[in-house]
Amino acid sequence: MTTAQLIGSDPGWLILVKALIVFAVCVLLTLMSVWGERRIVARMQQRPGPNRVGPFGLIQALADGVKLALKEDIIPTAADKIVFIIAPIISATTCFMSFAVIPITGEVTMFGRQTAMQLTDIPVGVLYILAVASVGVYGIVLAGWSSGSTYPLLGGLRSSAQVISYEIAMGLSLVAVFIYAGSMSTSDIVAAQTSWWYAVVLFPSFAIFAISMVGETNRAPFDLAEAEGELVGGFHTEYSSLKFALFFLAEYVNIVTVSALATTLFLGGYHAPPGLGFTENWLGGWFTAIWFLLKVVTFFFVFVWLRGTLPRLRYDQFMQFGWKVLIPVSILWILVVATLRVLTLESAPTAVVVAFASTVIFIILAINVGFENVKKKKDAEVPEGDNKSEPSFAVPSLPTLPIEISTINVSKNSGGNRD
Amino acid sequence: MFQKTQGATVTENLEPLKPKDLGINDVDFYEVDQSPTVGFLGHMRGFWVTFSTMFKKPLTVEYPEVKAPTEERFHGRHQLNRHPDGLEKCIGCELCAWACPADAIYVEGENNTEENRMSPGERYGKVYQINYLRCVFCGLCIEACPTRALTMTNEYELADDSRAKLIFEKADLLAPLRAGMLMPPHPMYPDMTDTNYYNGDVKQAHPSQELDK
Repeated sequence: MTTAQLIGSDPGWLILVKALIVFAVCVLLTLMSVWGERRIVARMQQRPGPNRVGPFGLIQALADGVKLALKEDIIPTAADKIVFIIAPIISATTCFMSFAVIPITGEVTMFGRQTAMQLTDIPVGVLYILAVASVGVYGIVLAGWSSGSTYPLLGGLRSSAQVISYEIAMGLSLVAVFIYAGSMSTSDIVAAQTSWWYAVVLFPSFAIFAISMVGETNRAPFDLAEAEGELVGGFHTEYSSLKFALFFLAEYVNIVTVSALATTLFLGGYHAPPGLGFTENWLGGWFTAIWFLLKVVTFFFVFVWLRGTLPRLRYDQFMQFGWKVLIPVSILWILVVATLRVLTLESAPTAVVVAFASTVIFIILAINVGFENVKKKKDAEVPEGDNKSEPSFAVPSLPTLPIEISTINVSKNSGGNRD
Repeated sequence: MFQKTQGATVTENLEPLKPKDLGINDVDFYEVDQSPTVGFLGHMRGFWVTFSTMFKKPLTVEYPEVKAPTEERFHGRHQLNRHPDGLEKCIGCELCAWACPADAIYVEGENNTEENRMSPGERYGKVYQINYLRCVFCGLCIEACPTRALTMTNEYELADDSRAKLIFEKADLLAPLRAGMLMPPHPMYPDMTDTNYYNGDVKQAHPSQELDK
């Protein structure tokens, strides 16, 4: 019986209970991840991090939430009031929604019923997640626009451009998974990974997904939307109190969600790591939830690690990387994967498959060598002491000299006339 | 006017000097060999830095619970010292107040009398205030003090909730009485002058210094 059939027979009350559990898991993971991130980043900077509220500072996030809720809620006069209020709500709700299709456990018994800990299973589950994530961008854009202030507007534009561009790369990296699993349903994809994780089989896809999910969540080193030195707080500069808390919550739920998605699509979801398959039956199947959470937490740790290590990218570099590297590479990779897949399905002889694969590898290596040579030539060509050449990036045009001089003269003349 | 240097004539010296004449460009320098990060592992080095730092001991001092001792010569709250018999060292000269760049010190001197002797010699500081809202802890007052009456302690917890509380009076600044000291006013040590006090000949209070009150 597939997971879809299992879940399909759930009675209404069980669905409600599951929804509650999914929500609780989301919120708890978020609270813990805020604390965890601060502690881990602190340790990476050789300081202890929050350790005042509760044992090891565990309820620091909760205390922060209470503090935020008690703050004065300011709505700027220039703000578009209704949109200003709706924006954080959009942000916060959409990020929870994508968790509905994430399979947390395999087959388990819940209140005497055979089911799986997954709220719903739709045939286009992954597309649904992408769609919901796109709706989440509205929260950011509208927040930036409705604040009626410059920095939020710029921040909102930046982050929407960023999220949209990286969503393309993300979506393309998932195509290879769809091709291999033959399905877009999350539970089917997990089921397809019982023998081999896609992180191994489709490593390039996994790498692209891992990079683009950092961009997608507006996290360091891609947190250009909140570049403090340039844009104050980015799109949420004007937000305070609970509305700010909602954005904050959304950011962390998003991290948890993309981590869960990566786990589901590439790391075998709730399945135990290879060699530990016997643990999946422990606790009546509930032990799989622990594997799932462990994988999510590992991803989260990588997020924090990135933040602790890398400096923020410049905006144009970031966009160039997204459009000129990630997207072309993923398109090429899809071509290769599709061809390989067709060859295998048509039961082509192994020699053909190997020949195709080696040709592809050869071409990639040749291109790489060519690139390196061009690079070396370029480096060697730089003339000594020549700084008159145009810079390779866009610069504002220089003021034209004659006009400036004439204005100075005019003002001088008028000054002289008055005497 | 122009001096003859190294046998050069006056007219020759009128030429502006070139950097090469001064030998500025002849200074030795070393070219530091800074190899760029090479390869995948080179780029990953930063990740190792942060990862390994996680297992190091944090440097943070948990301040309110743990109070790390300051450096020995840390500039903290001031203290008005006493002679070994309890008389004050401050002579009310106001040099500290004059030295203070922040105008944080206010002193009023007064004459010592036989009935009311606070310090050896002629004068003592009747009013002594330091405004810690202005003090920059530069220590110029300590350098100015001719009798070592004013020194600084290592005490650094000087926060308070009102401006008035941060103007320290003489009573707040005076050093506590130690063994062998008597609370002034009391007469000077028998057969000792203020010079003797200054030279450190007085080691502790004499029984005759005790006033019957």
